[in-house]
Amino acid sequence: MYRTLQILFVALCLLISGHVVGLRAAEDLAALVDQLGAAKLSEMDDRIAALAKTGDPKVIPVLEALGEGELYQRKSDGKVFLVKSGGADLELVDPVTGADAGAAPKAALQKIKVNNAVRRAVRSALGGLTLFSDDAGARLKAAQSMLQAPNADALDAIETALASERDTTVRQVLDEARAVTLLLSDRSDDEKRRAITLLAEGSGRTGLAVLTSTLASADASLKADIEAAIDRIEQREAFWNAGQNVWYGMSLGSVLLLAAIGLAITFGVMGIINMAHGEMVMLGAYTTFLVQEVIRSSYPGLFDWSLAIALPLAFLVTGFVGLVIERGVIRFLYGRPLETLLATWGISLILQQAVRSIFGPTNREVGNPSWMSGAFEFGGLTITWNRLWIIVFALAVFAALLFLLKKTSMGLRMRAVTQNRRMASSMGIRTPWVDALTFALGSGIAGIAGVALSQIDNVSPNLGQGYIIDSFMVVVFGGVGNLWGTLVGAFSLGILNKFLEPYAGAVLGKILVLVLIILFIQKKPRGLFALKGRAVDA
Amino acid sequence: MILSFLMKSLDRSIVLVVAILLGLAVLVPALNLLTSPDHPLHVPTYLVSLFGKYLTYALLALALDLVWGFCGILSLGHAAFFALGGYAMGMYLMRQIGARGSYGNPLLPDFMVFLNWKELPWFWQGFDMFWFAALMVVLVPGLLALVFGWFAFRSRVNGVYLSIITQAMTYALLLAFFRNDMGFGGNNGLTDFKDILGFNIQADGTRASLFAASALILALCLILTSAIVRSKYGKVLVAVRDAESRTRFLGYRVEHIKLFAFTVSAMMAGIAGALYVPQVGIINPGEFEPGNSIEVVIWTAVGGRGTLIGPIVGAILVNGGKSIFTAAFPEFWLFALGGLFVLVTLFLPKGVVGTVGAYFSRRRAGRKARADEASDNLAAEPMAAE
Repeated sequence: MYRTLQILFVALCLLISGHVVGLRAAEDLAALVDQLGAAKLSEMDDRIAALAKTGDPKVIPVLEALGEGELYQRKSDGKVFLVKSGGADLELVDPVTGADAGAAPKAALQKIKVNNAVRRAVRSALGGLTLFSDDAGARLKAAQSMLQAPNADALDAIETALASERDTTVRQVLDEARAVTLLLSDRSDDEKRRAITLLAEGSGRTGLAVLTSTLASADASLKADIEAAIDRIEQREAFWNAGQNVWYGMSLGSVLLLAAIGLAITFGVMGIINMAHGEMVMLGAYTTFLVQEVIRSSYPGLFDWSLAIALPLAFLVTGFVGLVIERGVIRFLYGRPLETLLATWGISLILQQAVRSIFGPTNREVGNPSWMSGAFEFGGLTITWNRLWIIVFALAVFAALLFLLKKTSMGLRMRAVTQNRRMASSMGIRTPWVDALTFALGSGIAGIAGVALSQIDNVSPNLGQGYIIDSFMVVVFGGVGNLWGTLVGAFSLGILNKFLEPYAGAVLGKILVLVLIILFIQKKPRGLFALKGRAVDA
Repeated sequence: MILSFLMKSLDRSIVLVVAILLGLAVLVPALNLLTSPDHPLHVPTYLVSLFGKYLTYALLALALDLVWGFCGILSLGHAAFFALGGYAMGMYLMRQIGARGSYGNPLLPDFMVFLNWKELPWFWQGFDMFWFAALMVVLVPGLLALVFGWFAFRSRVNGVYLSIITQAMTYALLLAFFRNDMGFGGNNGLTDFKDILGFNIQADGTRASLFAASALILALCLILTSAIVRSKYGKVLVAVRDAESRTRFLGYRVEHIKLFAFTVSAMMAGIAGALYVPQVGIINPGEFEPGNSIEVVIWTAVGGRGTLIGPIVGAILVNGGKSIFTAAFPEFWLFALGGLFVLVTLFLPKGVVGTVGAYFSRRRAGRKARADEASDNLAAEPMAAE
């Protein structure tokens, strides 16, 4: 009991003394702020520095107000106020406590004058102050702004901040900011040299800019170091650019793979030219749209699961459509590939118009679930989550398909029928059913590709048309009847496209790729990975 | 001699179609120009241009039939040759505008002034002369077909693969012509034409003459293709279609045979495009759309591939249907066209003309058989009487 009382007493004392200390600090601050009013423009720098030195976060709004020209001095007692609104009478706010201090007529107040020099001092003081903020995000922002716009005066502040900084990401930026600022200051060459090596290892464009700008004015001894550092940065930049191209290329390649892999089954394995393939992709995308509509209106909590729900649905829907097409049209046209081409083109027109009539010709909105939005940094690359997931997804679909074809009895039947239909038939395989199921499988895969593509493309009735030519190119380039060929074909075309783009532009790059494919087919009419064996006269 | 060659190379139906075309070439312009607008038989000018457009489509389908129907090459790039011919004619028409464009530049077409170009690019030189443009209408598609075909046929790219790379070709051209710095007007293409050969392109007389020219040239090309497929070369062409390897083993240079047909066909498509542009008044990269080429294939298929008359009938039927349909129920045109693709491939593999022709020849054969039977009976009767 006694002990508890003791603790309470001590706590009370601490509270009171804390309060008193706080009050005193506030009084000191108020005095410092009031001094701003009396100062001449030439003295402003010192006054601002004195304010900044307190390291008190309450100074921040005062300095901001000073920079904006919102600080006024009352003529009667020399006290400084923050003025909120203009008018005949000005409303006054105590700048330190933020408390309302009544109103006063305009004539009773005088504005504290600021010029550009003062504003600059305010800015760097603010930068320094937020460097000591409690919020790591604010510190990071401050450090980044010091890195972007280096100012030699802020060097001391940066170094003090660096000494007490614990957060590694903030430290990293601060380190670079210090190096950049140091180069602009009048420190010794040795220190500068260390800063240059640090910049050469760092990641930034600002480093490059500062180095190039200091190169002209630097001493001869430093010049060589700076040049070497610039070289290093540029080399690394070139490396990461190449990396970026590869990444974009893989991203495009995964889209191509997704679009083409269903076609690799229908065209590659069965030899059916399915011009309605793109429309299967479109149907998959619209299934996603419908699923998301239902979720939005009835179960908003499930939104992050929308794609997982849409995937099997899209597979079933497009697989079923594929089954109907095969049973209704294509089975009458086996052995006449060119006629199949025409009939499936007709089907694609019908499907497009049907979707246009039902959903309208405009783009439909399909949202990204939260785990697919955003991006992260990897070295010098910015990697968006949706692209990464699509690459992973494309490879997963590929692996699943490969497993299905190579390791299951269904796959065995499919391969048997494609390799020797009559033999397979006489072994008791129901070839018409295998045909129908294979076609449905290819269509279903196109449907789940549509789920993925709905995340990065406009969901409109024309969605499929944009992919059909590319998909055929991929399958033909990779080699018909070979899934691995499709994989290699998709990624190599994607990466080639992205490497050509910076030199030739997006459209010309695409044209070049098309021409290259046309020339390639002259050289290898059966594609990159042709099936071995004698070509039968088709 | 030429006449006898012609007579040998034409059968009755071709002569009939040529006669109809020649009749139309006289009749339609006459009904348009010589009758007053309220006369019941008066053909309004917009219809003349519309029919003229159908005839150029018919010529394009005929060109496709030569390679697809008789040589088995399913080209999905014929709209590209058509568009190239159209662009050549469009360039001539652009140059004819002269200083009457909205920027009033005597040398540069409007879009070049707009893009701040200072001088005419080299590939626009010479297009102010009609003969040069007319030559290019034939040469440019022909040359493209020659080079493309030479590569493709030499390495024995055939069947579906050829279809796909011809599609890639027209797609690449589509992308290229969309680019502004290609110098062909980019997205908007070439339009706002004023004169052709000094005549106002909007005038009734010019429209009627263009229609007559389309009909005449279609008739000429029909005679030409008919002569080609009925010659010895045409027989080899069909042999290539039906058994390519066997023809090669018999000692024919299959790639040369294919290349000739492909090039001639591309030239005809180019002429069709050149006739199309002045009657429609615009040419833009949309003509290169892969879908357009596939549509040409369906005209040919509807009419009947390998019949020469079929594609002409098919092109006019499908496009007439399209004009009526898109005016009456625009929503359903794609359903109708799509359905047409499916139904024709499933139930009418020979097309309208092919099916009707087969019906007639069956009937003729039946009549002949009956007649033979009757004469047999007649011959048999006396025997029985004996």
